[in-house]
Amino acid sequence: MSTLSDGNRAAPVAEAPVAEAGRGHPVRLEVKDLQIRLGDAGPDVVSKVSFSVRAGEVLGLVGESGSGKTTVALALLGHARRGLVISHGSVLLDGTDVLSLDGRQLEALRGAKVAYVPQDPSASLNPTLRIGSQLKEALEVHPGTSEDIDERVAQVMAEAHIDASPAMLRRYPHQLSGGQQQRVAIAMAFSCRPSLIVLDEPTTGLDVTTQRHVLDTVRSLCNTYGVAAVYVSHDLAVVGGLVADVAVMYAGRVIELGTTQQVFGFPVHPYSRGLLAAVPSPDRAEVLVGIDGQPPRPGRRPQGCSFAPRCSFVVDECRTTTPEPVTVAGRAVRCLRAAEIEERERVRAEVVAPPAAGDGTRTPVLTLRDVLVRYGSVQVLSDINLDVMPESCLAVVGESGSGKTTLARCIVGLHQNWTGEMTFEGAQLSAKARRRPKELLQRVQYIFQNPYTSLNPRKTIGQIVSQPLEHFFDLSHGERSEKVQRVLENVSLGADFFNRYPDQLSGGERQRVAIARALVVDPDLLVCDEVTSALDVSVQAIIVELLRRLQSEHHLAMIFITHNLALVRSIAQDAVVLCEGRMVESGTVDEVLEHPKEAYTIRLMEDVPKLGRAGTWAAPPEPAGAASLA
Amino acid sequence: MAALTPAVPLVASAPVAKLRRHQWLSILGQAVRTPRGAVGLTLTTLIVLLAAIGPSVAPYNPDAFVGIPFAKPSGQFLLGTDYLGRDVLSRTLDGGWELLVMALLATVFGLIVGATAGISAAYLRGRADGLIMRTVDVILAFPQLVFALLLVSILGPKLWLIVLAVGFSHAPACARVLRSATLDVSERDFVKAVELQGMRSSTVMRKEILPNLISPIMVEAGLRLTYSIVIMAGLSYLTFGPPPPLPNWGTDIGLNQLGLAPAANLWSVVVPATLIALLTIGTNTFTDAIARVAIGVDRKPEEAALLDNIGVQAA
Repeated sequence: MSTLSDGNRAAPVAEAPVAEAGRGHPVRLEVKDLQIRLGDAGPDVVSKVSFSVRAGEVLGLVGESGSGKTTVALALLGHARRGLVISHGSVLLDGTDVLSLDGRQLEALRGAKVAYVPQDPSASLNPTLRIGSQLKEALEVHPGTSEDIDERVAQVMAEAHIDASPAMLRRYPHQLSGGQQQRVAIAMAFSCRPSLIVLDEPTTGLDVTTQRHVLDTVRSLCNTYGVAAVYVSHDLAVVGGLVADVAVMYAGRVIELGTTQQVFGFPVHPYSRGLLAAVPSPDRAEVLVGIDGQPPRPGRRPQGCSFAPRCSFVVDECRTTTPEPVTVAGRAVRCLRAAEIEERERVRAEVVAPPAAGDGTRTPVLTLRDVLVRYGSVQVLSDINLDVMPESCLAVVGESGSGKTTLARCIVGLHQNWTGEMTFEGAQLSAKARRRPKELLQRVQYIFQNPYTSLNPRKTIGQIVSQPLEHFFDLSHGERSEKVQRVLENVSLGADFFNRYPDQLSGGERQRVAIARALVVDPDLLVCDEVTSALDVSVQAIIVELLRRLQSEHHLAMIFITHNLALVRSIAQDAVVLCEGRMVESGTVDEVLEHPKEAYTIRLMEDVPKLGRAGTWAAPPEPAGAASLA
Repeated sequence: MAALTPAVPLVASAPVAKLRRHQWLSILGQAVRTPRGAVGLTLTTLIVLLAAIGPSVAPYNPDAFVGIPFAKPSGQFLLGTDYLGRDVLSRTLDGGWELLVMALLATVFGLIVGATAGISAAYLRGRADGLIMRTVDVILAFPQLVFALLLVSILGPKLWLIVLAVGFSHAPACARVLRSATLDVSERDFVKAVELQGMRSSTVMRKEILPNLISPIMVEAGLRLTYSIVIMAGLSYLTFGPPPPLPNWGTDIGLNQLGLAPAANLWSVVVPATLIALLTIGTNTFTDAIARVAIGVDRKPEEAALLDNIGVQAA
């Protein structure tokens, strides 16, 4: 396997024998001491990254946004984004240093020896070319990779589980579903039988079932052809189920590297621990623990350990000494206190205290009866019946395209083309927001999915949060700013945010502002539309915990819309599952998640990627040296 | 929850804060600092200064017949005389300010009408959109100069009518540009957020959408100013401008055309023509600099990478 150490310098990690089965494959990719800068003399974006991947294995490169994982992935193809310079290190692929190749050699290498599967297949496939010609393209550009191009195309399509009929080959990308498009991209990547495949979040836009099929395909192809793969992802659960080894990146460095079992089963680095604690569990209603603060940007990284400002194990030395990798419990860790931390037992996350049971006579705040929604003449939702109880949270779960966001937009009045009955505390809701009484608009508040578009970039946070107050209430300037300050404190934003602009805030901070804007008018019902899907997992945990605290403090009823089944456990009491515009299941969260009745829900639960960590943190770690760390 | 470590400095310096609040100032500032912008602004400023100070330093009364027609340049008449024997230098110094002021007013008028129409069409959609944009299509079917000529010939050659006519001829193009910019902005969630409060459409357009259209409006203003100058000069050349005795660069080019003959004084045509050319090159170059700053073409690669990396837009 590998070390985190700096290339040629004597590695502080002992050579360990290859013990595990299947570890005898040759090393295909070896990255040594990679450093990438912003401009020729600018700050590091990525530094001291070293790892290696054996034939047939998949290495997971995980980290939150801005950690440098995509930058590293592109460097494996000898490419740096505009403005970035690969300033140091080597990328050895079957013994050849990719970084020393010139333009023409790189052209010959890419596609043939190294293939790349990008994040969004709908953007990476050429919309004007038929699937067949795109699949043949790589083979034609690299003559000699295959005797019979048509036969090879048919073969890779079959391997990627795409129907290889002539009709399929004649299709254009837009005639395929997202999952099929991604399979085509994967087939293209495997078509020249490369040595290395770099997959950059290839399943992010796909629903869980498609995601699992795609992942299975990748794994089996790597195995069959002895391809080394690097799988970049922010989704820890997906990585956990797919890869043998995992490298956790933070602020441009690999901070923990080991087998998936070791790193996810018993993380040592405080950041890995924090990251894993933030992942919601589909099995238990856990209190999610986020990581406060945000990763430092290139050029603003502190001296010493980059994680020190956010670390709960921090000591003075961390702020001055940059940690070198050490081997602890069979994996390499960049932490000065790794040995001490490793010995501490990881406590399992707390379980959410169930809210006091209602007396059963409560009347619902919001009731939907036989609601039917159309887009134009196409029916997108039908037979929707649901009740939202006061002071409780109803989760609406569904895959993309199930109509869950449309439902939310109908409730708040953004989508008008529906029939049926919607009542809020007994009063009929009119379809259009502008036709609803002002008081009602104030009592139902909506939080948007994407905090990057829901705040006006030309207004300060203070203006954004006080604007609804101006609209709904007749308050003096003093009262208003006092109220805004109070609500900002409530969402853990200090007074100094008042005069900042949204682009000076991180995603998590922006979403807090959006929550503050909804809360400032004292609503009774909060509709949260995928409010964490644009955020990193450690931030998601903080936002979910914040919403739960605010819900109980302000006695709010809440509709929480999500595609993430695991999140439902941690926040909601009741759940409905939507599938292709119909409610397939509804009940309390426990009923729905533990004893699903419908085949759809059962499949959905089975396909949810799991970290497989339940209980493992309390168990002793595997004996050191069990995994190879050569 | 513990206090958060902010990723950006807490206290932005006062000028920076001011620039953030006034985006147009910041764009102008950045544009001036590019080579392109500096050249454009210098050219424009020189010509504007000449037109502004000119009347008070002119050696002769621009309307006085001071020499023989088409006299060659001499110590007495530095640029010679025109077809009626008036001093070309004095007429040149005096003949610019009126053109400039009229072009500026026409631009402002056209921009206000066009922006209002374009933003309303895009935000209100439906019938308003259809009505406004079909009107725009009809007007755009005429070449701009012909349309302005048409209006002037119907309304008569009064100065303020010329301003309105030229301004109005700009409105359709402005409306199209701002409609497409507004379509993009009005689909964003922050607009939906205020709609959910039941805010009036006019308020949404004014307070939420307009501040996000600063850069297209600036680029459009620069572009339209250039066109205004050209059209104003063109109208004058075609004798639809201010009536003849008054000095005017456009009128003078037209009336002195005979001066291009070898025996005559070609400076009477070349000088006003060059000034108009330099002025439009200046305004156009500066506008180009603004447009490049607004969409970030000239951003340094390092800066661009940093912005990409952290997913923020340039202020």
